[in-house]
Amino acid sequence: MVCTIYGMAFGLFIINVFEVLEPPMLYYSRLRMLGVAGVCLIAALLCLPNFMKSPLPSLPWHQVHLGLDLRGGSYLLLQLDTQTLQHDRLQSLEGQVRQSLLDSHVGYRDIRRDDAQASLIVTPRAAMEHDADRNALEALISATPREVTLEEQAGSFILRLTKESIRNRAREAVTRSIEIVRRRIDSTGAIDPSIAREGEDRIVLELPGISDPQRIKALLGTTARMTFHLLSPDLTHAGPGTTLLPLADGHGQLAVEDKIDVDGANLADAAATMSDNQWVVSLKFDNKGAEDFARITTANVGKPFAIVLDGRILTSPVINGPITAGQGIITGSFSARSASDLALLLRAGALPAPLTVVEQRSIGPSLGAASIHAGIISLAVGFVLVVLFMLLFYARFGFYADIALFANLVLILAVLSLFEATLTLPGMAGILLTLGMAVDANILINERIREEVRLGRKPLQALQVGFQRATGTIIDSNATAFLAHVMLFVFGTGAVRNFALTITIGIATTLFTTLIVSRMLIIRWYAHKRPQELPV
Amino acid sequence: MFSHPLLRFVRDDRQIHFMRGRHAGLIISALLSIASLLLFFKPGLNLGLDFRGGVIVETHSPSAEDPAHMRAILKAGQVNAASVQTFGSPQDIRIAINLPRGGEDEHVTQKLVDHVRSVITQAIPGVQIQRADAVGGSVSSELFRDGILALLFSLGMILVYIWFRFEREFALSAVITLILDLTKTIGFLVITRFEFDLVMVAALLTILGYSTNDKVVVYDRIRENLRKYRTMPLRDLLDLSINETLNRTLGTSMTVFLAALPLALFGGSTLTGFATVMLFGIVVGTSSSIFIAAPLLLLMGRKRLRPAEQ
Repeated sequence: MVCTIYGMAFGLFIINVFEVLEPPMLYYSRLRMLGVAGVCLIAALLCLPNFMKSPLPSLPWHQVHLGLDLRGGSYLLLQLDTQTLQHDRLQSLEGQVRQSLLDSHVGYRDIRRDDAQASLIVTPRAAMEHDADRNALEALISATPREVTLEEQAGSFILRLTKESIRNRAREAVTRSIEIVRRRIDSTGAIDPSIAREGEDRIVLELPGISDPQRIKALLGTTARMTFHLLSPDLTHAGPGTTLLPLADGHGQLAVEDKIDVDGANLADAAATMSDNQWVVSLKFDNKGAEDFARITTANVGKPFAIVLDGRILTSPVINGPITAGQGIITGSFSARSASDLALLLRAGALPAPLTVVEQRSIGPSLGAASIHAGIISLAVGFVLVVLFMLLFYARFGFYADIALFANLVLILAVLSLFEATLTLPGMAGILLTLGMAVDANILINERIREEVRLGRKPLQALQVGFQRATGTIIDSNATAFLAHVMLFVFGTGAVRNFALTITIGIATTLFTTLIVSRMLIIRWYAHKRPQELPV
Repeated sequence: MFSHPLLRFVRDDRQIHFMRGRHAGLIISALLSIASLLLFFKPGLNLGLDFRGGVIVETHSPSAEDPAHMRAILKAGQVNAASVQTFGSPQDIRIAINLPRGGEDEHVTQKLVDHVRSVITQAIPGVQIQRADAVGGSVSSELFRDGILALLFSLGMILVYIWFRFEREFALSAVITLILDLTKTIGFLVITRFEFDLVMVAALLTILGYSTNDKVVVYDRIRENLRKYRTMPLRDLLDLSINETLNRTLGTSMTVFLAALPLALFGGSTLTGFATVMLFGIVVGTSSSIFIAAPLLLLMGRKRLRPAEQ
């Protein structure tokens, strides 16, 4: 049943496109009329689900989505920090360079990172090592062609990340972030969230029903990169290979070895549990993590180590004995909420780079309901006003225009439902304005017919010439409106896009309802009555 | 009622000599547009959240709320609000906060909106936060750029389309008329102090599309008459064309007007400004189709469209 309806809709669509391109003369075969009626009927069927509670098996089930401004909820625009991404990449490149120079037994005087230029500057120790340095570096970058370029400048080598590779990395990072954001959001129990890429380095997050996104923002504002390090022997001063990191509770800082002993990426599970009447987060490592953890704890019994989350030391317990089971707990001053949030973040995995909220829009549920109300009232009143106007100014043909107008409304709603498009308040305004514009075509046709009658043409001829002459004008005038709104759709964002979308759909349906439906009604009436005078 | 229209705007045989008023029309239009441009530079548009950045919070209290009270609450919470006003009902308050100093730092803006929310919900029991929007500095300047680009591209596309379908004179007069329409609408925006945001850009673009549509219909008739009456002076021909399409011009304007009217009346805070600007644009666009677009064509196209008149 559902398939048949789709098939028919498609077939009719094709037939009707041809009809608009090559309008029939003043005769409509029974088949054609059935076709037009069929389109309207199918459109009506497609609209039905929007007014029903539960799906019917015999009906295609597509509903218009209500936008956040109508149902309440939050819109967040997240920006991926590409600077950090690039910085991380340079840092790892620096590590690779050191290692490869070391491996090929070549010395260097200095390696310097230049984040602004996305480059690494390697200065050889002496001129005689110049060629050896170059060979080692060339071998290194040839492993990843197109990612790094090598230049020489004043006796130094400059390794520069290519724009392309930076962009690619950002794109990959966004893809990975979307996955992690989805996991984090899903585990908060948010209903029906939508997460999508926007441009090169942004993510759009829509959360229906969540009008206070504070917790979500906090969850997404954490990179949740967890690492385990040994503490430096000198706790208070940073030296080569060690860094001072602040404590998470804000009291002081400790020097930590840069080398990562166990990586949070090797976590298999995390959960918030109670231990000694305190909230703690229990961890379970995967095989690699468990091995690393066993090795490090076996070798360093009695020494303290640090659990670092996003550059802050969560806790620094002393290793009491080898831990080989691949399990552990993190203590700290957790509340039930903060322990379960941390567990959630660890389960979902770390973001490749920090995400920043750059735009937030939240609508409370009651305002949404009020907006739906305002939209529907406006639509109804506007519709009635236009219908009355057409009746008063264009008599019988106005009445036919009104029928076509109603068909237009049904068609717009059907197309929106079919694509499960989102409808916002500006979108509703777009529908209303479309309806106001739609009768323009009818007015053009009517005025033209009237003119032809005044020129002394017989009714049949007047209809024929009227339709024919008006069609060109109608297509011209709609084309310009169409162009303006396609621009709006391309450049617009959010609600404005929706406005452009409904108007663009509306222009397409308008061509159908005015050039086919209302014309068919007029011609059918004429063929039936053969009047001596037209009601224009 | 079905056999004859009950109402008409203009009698069919009436010939109004619009071209007589062409100088007056052009001068008035130019003056209004210049005034609008001056208004645009001072005091300038009232930029909305989309383009200015910052925070907007709308609250709904269980009982009537004094803006001064709300201001005091915010002050106690170290929040420096640019404006605190009731809107709609006395229970509803709208708080606007400018982009904080160093607004390029997105964290600041985002922290601010959460802070404002918690300050208000703690101070007023039972208050509902109806809307909480925060737009950072980088996003707002991007949105502004995109809005302007959309306007420019639309104008460009319209120019190309009319050029393609008609002739150069038609395209140029249409775009000049549209720019005149647009500037007046911006002047209207400055005077009414409606917030200029993305939705307003949508309104401007819709006015553009609608106004073009109106001009295309008149031009279409002019082109037709140019072929039909080979010897009629251009001035009379323009008058004739405008008169022939007058009922249609007024009729369509009326239906769009009627459709936008309920939005302006019942559309709620989001749509009232939008729809009011639309109404203004419809009036301006309709009158410019009659008084500006055709006279411009007369000025520019005399040589090419009717060489014999020289």
